[in-house]
Amino acid sequence: MRKGVGTGAIAKKKLAEAKYKERGNVLAEDQIIQMSKQLETFKSHLEEFASKHKQEIRKNPQFRVQFQEMCATIGVDPLASGKGFWSEMLGVGDFYYELGVQIIEVCLALKHRNGGLITLDELHQRVLKGRGKYAQEVSQDDLVRAIKKLKVMGNGFGMIPVGGSYLVQSVPAELNMDHTVVLQLAEKKGYVTVSEIKESLKWQKERACHVLDHLLKEGLAWLDSQAAGEAQYWLPALFSELSSRDVTPEEANQMTP
Amino acid sequence: MDRFTWTNSHLELNETYVIEQGGVRLYDGDEKAKLNVGTAFLTTHRLIWSDIKYEDSCLSIPLSQIIFFEEEAARIGKSAKIVIHLHPAPANKEPGPYKKSKFSYIKLSFKEHGQIEFYRRLTEEMTLKRWENTPVSQSIPPPVAGSRGGHTRAVGIVGIERKIEEKRKEMDKNISEAFEDLSKLMVKAKEMVELSRSIANKIKDKQGDITEDETIRFKSYLLSMGIANPVTRETHGSGTHYHLQLAKQLGDMLQAPLEERGGMMALTEVYCLVNRARGMELLSPEDLVNACKVFESLKLPLRLRVFDSGVMVVQLQSHSEEEMIASALDNVSDKGSLTAEEFAKLLGLSVLLSKERLLLAEKMGHLCRDDSVEGLRFYPNLF
Repeated sequence: MRKGVGTGAIAKKKLAEAKYKERGNVLAEDQIIQMSKQLETFKSHLEEFASKHKQEIRKNPQFRVQFQEMCATIGVDPLASGKGFWSEMLGVGDFYYELGVQIIEVCLALKHRNGGLITLDELHQRVLKGRGKYAQEVSQDDLVRAIKKLKVMGNGFGMIPVGGSYLVQSVPAELNMDHTVVLQLAEKKGYVTVSEIKESLKWQKERACHVLDHLLKEGLAWLDSQAAGEAQYWLPALFSELSSRDVTPEEANQMTP
Repeated sequence: MDRFTWTNSHLELNETYVIEQGGVRLYDGDEKAKLNVGTAFLTTHRLIWSDIKYEDSCLSIPLSQIIFFEEEAARIGKSAKIVIHLHPAPANKEPGPYKKSKFSYIKLSFKEHGQIEFYRRLTEEMTLKRWENTPVSQSIPPPVAGSRGGHTRAVGIVGIERKIEEKRKEMDKNISEAFEDLSKLMVKAKEMVELSRSIANKIKDKQGDITEDETIRFKSYLLSMGIANPVTRETHGSGTHYHLQLAKQLGDMLQAPLEERGGMMALTEVYCLVNRARGMELLSPEDLVNACKVFESLKLPLRLRVFDSGVMVVQLQSHSEEEMIASALDNVSDKGSLTAEEFAKLLGLSVLLSKERLLLAEKMGHLCRDDSVEGLRFYPNLF
């Protein structure tokens, strides 16, 4: 008689599988009950922690960073939901979600001027101003984390590394590596010329013009064709310190070529 | 406010410092005093107030001048206050910030809180009346400043500086305690994560053997802990009861705003609108997205829609695609051509959304574009 083959063996195997499935099913069910109990215990630990240290999180940006990094290490996102324990008991949620609203509002207000691109510094300053003197301290790390959360809502929120810090993008403009590297080049002076691009990046003229045209079209760059020597492409996002007054949307419309 | 005298903030002999609180504004009766916000100090003998900027300029009032005092609770937009009713100033009072005042009371407004503790200590000192036991004689000259490298603090409030140092030490101690507690907490949280992974693996292996009820419960546990759903890897705990409730609330709340804005709003706009209205217990971006995803299954008249560009919007079901495109075509034909900005002005929409509509009409073949450095302009498609 051959072993292992034949309807008898198959039936036996199926029975074994079914039993294993059954047992496995019960195990998972049990585990869910166990999780429910452990959750209650955890909740009370978190409550205790909150009663002692909630203020620390509120007041101390350094502590917030530590907290966030520890959560990330173990695979927990304390900002995932307003309904999460972390948010409800430590109040971290409201802090970051409100910051998200403030970031969106600042970006929206300035979009006509800078095309939806703003330095992290400027964003930080303006958010702080909007929050008023007596609000909690907000660090750049806080902003970065809030922006990461905003990404989930589409609308092109992103961060571009530039000159040691970041540019925050708040519109869904397509920006590839070429665009990014030109932005980084423009960072020092707030503007860039075709010659500078050709010299620093060793590009052909077509490539430089293609990138600059795209930035113009997206409203991220303004063309100063009357500059002495060569046309200059200015990036409003980068010259916040130099500009002395804000431009209204109507003025902005008139200025773009 | 005419009871105060200018002082150089030296502590008198036997006078000791009790408590300090920053962020305090003085009120002459019900009116704000013509002073900045500053720091209030309570000693065994006096109430002292000093300007944040000009630490040398301090005002003080002897505690013996206080008749009684009471708390004034905080209200919306108004900080909590302590109202202090005072005896009239003695005739030989030294000069102070106010020569005369029609009020016989002052208020301390606590813009950075701390009023509870301050009130408690004031009550204590007013009960103990320690200034009566220790006769006040000459003031002690302050120790020479310069203890903080280069930072000349001519104010010689020894007791206050000591207290600040104590506070700093306590803060350090608190922080290290906090970190310790945090680490312990994280260990426990990690256990939860591992347990949830184990459960998720079992669920994955045997699709459909866990009841739906249990799945929903599991998802809500993940939501509470902020653990990503390991099975689907999608956004945390979507499809929980919380999100169903939220979706219904949004359905009610967004009807009118959507109609005002031509039937469509960017998700970031919705986020701001909803959270500004809530004030607290705000929604996370993920909460919002997950709630919007269940509009259809709940048969609500709203839909979440993602454009090719990645822009996410909420739109009214009643606003059909064909209608939008037809009206876009009408508008463009009417004017000959339109840019996104012009279209936005016409409809009262945001530039972002009007651009999406034009792009959509273009995608359907009704419009074509002229893409130049001067901008993106749309024309009716005559091809």
